[in-house]
Amino acid sequence: MGSYILRRILTAIPTLFFISFVIFALLALSPGDPTGNLPPSLPMEIKQRVREALGMDQPMPVRYVRWLQQFMVNEPLNAIEKATGIQIGNSEDRLRITSWTARGKPVIDLVMERLPQTLWVVGLAYLLSIVIAVPVGVFAAYKQNSTFDSISSVIAVIGFSLPTFFTGVLVIQIFAVWLGWFPSLYNTTLDVTNWDTFVQQVKQMIMPVMVLAFFQIATVSRFARSSSIENLRQDYVRTARSKGLGERMVVMRHVVRNSMIPVVTLIALGIPGIFGGAIVTEQIFAVNGIGQLLIISIQSNDLPVVQTVLMIFAVLVVVFNLIADIAYGILDPRIRYS
Amino acid sequence: MSTTTATPSAAVEPIFNTKPRGLWSTALRRLFHRRSAIIGMIILGSLILIAIFAPVLATHDPTKSLIGIEDVQKRAAPCIHLLGCPADQPQHFFGLDGNVRDLYSRILYGSRLSLMVGIISVGFAIVIGATLGAISGYMGGYTDNLVMGFMDILLAFPSLILAIAIVTVLGPGLINTLLAIGIVSIPVYARIMRSSVLSIKQQDYVMADRSIGVPSGRILFGNILPNALTPLVVQGTLGIAVAILDAAALSFLGLGAQPPTPEWGSMIGQERNQVFTAPHLIIFPGIALILTVLGFNLLGDGLRDALDVRQRS
Repeated sequence: MGSYILRRILTAIPTLFFISFVIFALLALSPGDPTGNLPPSLPMEIKQRVREALGMDQPMPVRYVRWLQQFMVNEPLNAIEKATGIQIGNSEDRLRITSWTARGKPVIDLVMERLPQTLWVVGLAYLLSIVIAVPVGVFAAYKQNSTFDSISSVIAVIGFSLPTFFTGVLVIQIFAVWLGWFPSLYNTTLDVTNWDTFVQQVKQMIMPVMVLAFFQIATVSRFARSSSIENLRQDYVRTARSKGLGERMVVMRHVVRNSMIPVVTLIALGIPGIFGGAIVTEQIFAVNGIGQLLIISIQSNDLPVVQTVLMIFAVLVVVFNLIADIAYGILDPRIRYS
Repeated sequence: MSTTTATPSAAVEPIFNTKPRGLWSTALRRLFHRRSAIIGMIILGSLILIAIFAPVLATHDPTKSLIGIEDVQKRAAPCIHLLGCPADQPQHFFGLDGNVRDLYSRILYGSRLSLMVGIISVGFAIVIGATLGAISGYMGGYTDNLVMGFMDILLAFPSLILAIAIVTVLGPGLINTLLAIGIVSIPVYARIMRSSVLSIKQQDYVMADRSIGVPSGRILFGNILPNALTPLVVQGTLGIAVAILDAAALSFLGLGAQPPTPEWGSMIGQERNQVFTAPHLIIFPGIALILTVLGFNLLGDGLRDALDVRQRS
């Protein structure tokens, strides 16, 4: 198992480097300019000096290496310093990736301010969707062609035909405006300190979580269903039944376990995807997460922020791929040795 | 096998008394037996008709503001004479939008855009993806590793996020959205094509062709590709649904089709804060979008069941 995990990690590293290069090169080609947001009356020499100060006059490969150094070395060092309080080297002089628009604020700080909101909403939505979707899918497969199966299939097909930006707006109208159950806007300054604020936090998270989870439930339950159907037909299920195992045992031990292998992949690989969905949901519910940061930065042409946020997404993707691979190895011993 | 006549052909004859059907005609027959697929086809059929006849069906110019032309308010509610709207008011089936344009006409024209985005971007992705996947599967070795490695990296990105990145570089706009969504979908088709080619490559009829010296290109395009089409068709139909949703999401975020283009996603995006005062501006484009996506999803689901070789045997 150890060598299997090591092999996976070693193949993930070049992938990450390649992705980082693609992201950097892609955005370096775009027509963004750090002086684009400065007043047009500013003399050209000053604009030129701004560009030089930001290293924009350097050739692209040099900029890439420096960006990589800032992202992979400087920022983690800063994070360690902050967490432990121990100063490493002369941290004052360490270069950081700075935003072009937010008064030169380090991008990582911007991201860190916003990451908790995104993680809360996305994480809860994801957890909720797995908890609902997997049993629904397995049960639908077990009772194939029953009323439950057809109803859940219809809901699933409708579920992934609904655009989140439409359901989101609709949900606000119904639950916030007509029924008045939840606040229509996400209060981003809310600090959870006692029971009341906790209830408030839960209330304002319900709608975004619901919208995000619905789409995910549709996908995962369909997948769990087809995977379970395939396993229910297998010989070992018949063997298990014929040796007198109870139905509960047959389904839980033999069907569900084996059906979960592809479902785990889907779940792990879907985590970055749900961040994509979060971009839209955050816009609708005015959640100040990293998805919203990405859209704002694109609109204001703040390339360092766009690069960093995309890179964070890429790291997440690679990490979750890795987790999926490892989970695969645990669930199915055959894979470890291939 | 029941008779033991001297001539084997006579014994074989009765077994094949039904006319052999091709995969596609069987699939088509099976498709017409599925309720969901029929609903999907009806939705898509009407949608295509609407898209074609939009200029005939529309009551107004979709991009022209009616200020000063008619005595109407902006974001006015729907007014249909048959349903009791006073006859002295101008008729607008779905009401008016924030720029005093006829919403009904805009939604009709929007069907053209959504269909175009879905079909062109997926078509583009299939042509490039299938070619890459076929070459990669057929050649194997170094080429395979290189192409599929690159595809895996592309695939690793959530499609919407990658599309956003591409649109950032190319600039917002409908054509760039098309291109972005096309590029994002390439790896899916490349993967499907590669795995089909890999399994078909081992079939006896391909071996037979190779052993009599048929050139590689002709084996690939004449023998392997036609047999690998089924999963591509299924995935392509479902892919159109995803492409339409993604394009609408990009337009909703203001990165796709730009105003005054009548695009459903951007229509919802522009008026989303008016949901309290003028819900029709959200609901009608939303329903149009859902029906379109649902149509492709239902048809794709039906096609998958109809073409699934495993299920048939």
